Amino acid sequence: MDSNIIHLSLDLSSFSGIILSPEQKAALQKSMVILKRDYKFNRVLFWGRILGTKTDYFIVKGLGSDELRSKAFLYSFNCLDWFLLPQSTREIVTSSYAIKGRFIGDPSYVYIYVETEIVGEGEDAQEEEITVQVTEEFRLVAVIAQIETEAAVVPRGAYIKNPYGQVNTNRRFEGLSMTEAKKLNSYFHFAEPVRLKKKTLLEKADLEPSIDFLDSLEDDLPSGSWSLQFEKGNSVVVLRSLLWLGLTFYHIPLTSHHGYTYIGTGQKNIDFPFML
Amino acid sequence: TSQQALYDHLSQVLTKILDERPENVVDMFEDISKEVKLTCFSKKLDTLREKKEISPLCELAEIQKALFYKTTETEEDDWESPLPNVMEMAFYFEQAGVGLSRDETFHIYLAMKQLTDGQPLQRCRFWGKILGTEMNYFVVEAEYREGEEEEEDEEVMETESKESELKTVHEELNEEENEEFQTFPKSTYVPPPIIPREENHFGANKYIYFVCNEPGQSWVKLPMVTPAHIAAARYIRRFFTGRLENRIVSFPPFPGYEANYLRAQIARISAGTHVSPLGFYQFGMEEDEEEEETVRDTYEENPDYEGYPVQDMVESLSKWVHHLQHILPQGRCVWVNMSQKRERDEDEDEEEEEEEDEGPDEPEPEVGPPLLTPVSEDAEIENTVPWTAKISSSLIPQHSIAILQSNIWPGAYTFATGRKFENIYIGWGHKYVAENYCPPFPPQAQVEYPSVPEIFETSDPTVAEELAYRQAMEEEHKGKEEMEEEDEEQDEEDDEDD
Repeated sequence: MDSNIIHLSLDLSSFSGIILSPEQKAALQKSMVILKRDYKFNRVLFWGRILGTKTDYFIVKGLGSDELRSKAFLYSFNCLDWFLLPQSTREIVTSSYAIKGRFIGDPSYVYIYVETEIVGEGEDAQEEEITVQVTEEFRLVAVIAQIETEAAVVPRGAYIKNPYGQVNTNRRFEGLSMTEAKKLNSYFHFAEPVRLKKKTLLEKADLEPSIDFLDSLEDDLPSGSWSLQFEKGNSVVVLRSLLWLGLTFYHIPLTSHHGYTYIGTGQKNIDFPFML
Repeated sequence: TSQQALYDHLSQVLTKILDERPENVVDMFEDISKEVKLTCFSKKLDTLREKKEISPLCELAEIQKALFYKTTETEEDDWESPLPNVMEMAFYFEQAGVGLSRDETFHIYLAMKQLTDGQPLQRCRFWGKILGTEMNYFVVEAEYREGEEEEEDEEVMETESKESELKTVHEELNEEENEEFQTFPKSTYVPPPIIPREENHFGANKYIYFVCNEPGQSWVKLPMVTPAHIAAARYIRRFFTGRLENRIVSFPPFPGYEANYLRAQIARISAGTHVSPLGFYQFGMEEDEEEEETVRDTYEENPDYEGYPVQDMVESLSKWVHHLQHILPQGRCVWVNMSQKRERDEDEDEEEEEEEDEGPDEPEPEVGPPLLTPVSEDAEIENTVPWTAKISSSLIPQHSIAILQSNIWPGAYTFATGRKFENIYIGWGHKYVAENYCPPFPPQAQVEYPSVPEIFETSDPTVAEELAYRQAMEEEHKGKEEMEEEDEEQDEEDDEDD
């Protein structure tokens, strides 16, 4: 959600229970403006809050010229002093898969776990135990990256791909109509498409390349991992991810107003198959 | 195809640009052109009448509009209004960073007013919101005024009678089956005795709960919770859908509908997370002498309670106490000895005498922590501290409030300032698990037959064995023949005697 309209946006994403206190809201508004100037971002969005057992991480997302690819994340404990997170890599993400339990709220905390790895080939293969150390800061990077790829949502048509391949906001996006808003296929994952390339030509026939360049939520596996509801008496569409409990997407139909926040514990709901 | 000359279109586009003079015309030229084309096509071809739109938005607006009218009822009653100041509580929770948006809270406030106008309530408060996959639940906790519960009892009776009807239907079916297939063996399974539910006003049924999906809709009273529901709810982990009459399909099977599951989760969450500042409640004086043995389950407000400084409440978890009873593994707050009951039953029908032998070993009574136990004594779950206390504002500590956040039930919060405190729960209604959830394994399949030596297949004899056997048989045969001959001789002799 944009820094300019953060008040309205926070109000709209408050259906899931956790909001920001007036102090945090006020501090965010000031510091986001300064962040935008200092880091030369095009836009700064409030991304969410990861609840720790001691303190919470507040996270903002800074966007560069390409809204899909050039992005940076910063975290803070008091909404005023921000620290840049390293860019996520495959190693960081895989190394933090095995970490269990809640976030603590201390970026230098080290998680230690033992991993067995098979060394050698064929008959010489031996299992070797390796202790892996991951700091909470890296875990935070990994979790944010995972949420971004699996649960970042935008309405169809809100972003447009220009001939140079850059992804930018669509100036002419006027919001989804009420009928469109009720369907999951009018919402896209805001991440590099994976399933789109695997679609058959017949399925791709109706797609418009400048708009339909992202994966639709409808094709998500396991299906049923999104809860679509209308709040405030049908005036706001709210999408909640059941895999990442705490991710709330909101969109007011027929306006260009949309956004998502993640306010949760930073743990994926792996019990999902048992819960439907 | 747009049936228009290019010349006309270009002139229209240029006129639009000259009229509006937007910035960066080159970049958005296509857009303007498209817009001009769209505006041209306003001709409506179909002559069908438009269907009147029935949008849920309007329906809900109509329902909620009714909340805003003042009821004409005059305030003649002498009791205090049970309606709490929801907006004030919401204000404090907002300081804590918890809660719903302000207008949503206000709708709830009005809906609660509607509830207290319609029902003879002694006390009520906004319990929280439980998120569901299709709709959400708003939950209100309430207590009836004394002597106003007849209708409720009737309802209970109804459900019970339904259950008994079901049972009789089952029995009838069984009987019919029995007539048809007399040869079927009778099941020896004796179901475990049903643990009786706690009386209204006691234990897990201390309060009654009303829920609705949207403020303004009619409030639905949840059924009372039974130990079986609580025990089953502990083993399952499911999302709420938002429809109370939805069947819970799970393993182990949940004996009831979503309303029962919701009520069981509410009872568990309340028992686990309803805390108050130390000293706000105290035990009544009279009971101390008489009932030493039984668990004390009543308390009263301490009129002298002044409140602790916020800093103390944040630093020490022993300043917070549970004011609802712990739910025992049995699913009740007060333990009942089921073995005694069973014995009594068995005396009646003597068929089950065998089981009486098991009777003598008395089960250990389950004991939970007593009422008003500090939360600092709560158990940790897999290295996760059960509670986190925070201060609402580090910048203005003079007017800040203390916030207690439960890590075991994510979404449960409590604030305290001076004499005011309140608990709220907004979440999915699931307990925190460190490891992933694992459903219990199905029970072992029963053995189909007793494994005795007769039923095993014997191995084929070898040639040597066969020969040996034949030899043995022949010898036996010879012996027998001799014996028979002797017998015959004897018989003959006997005949002669006659």
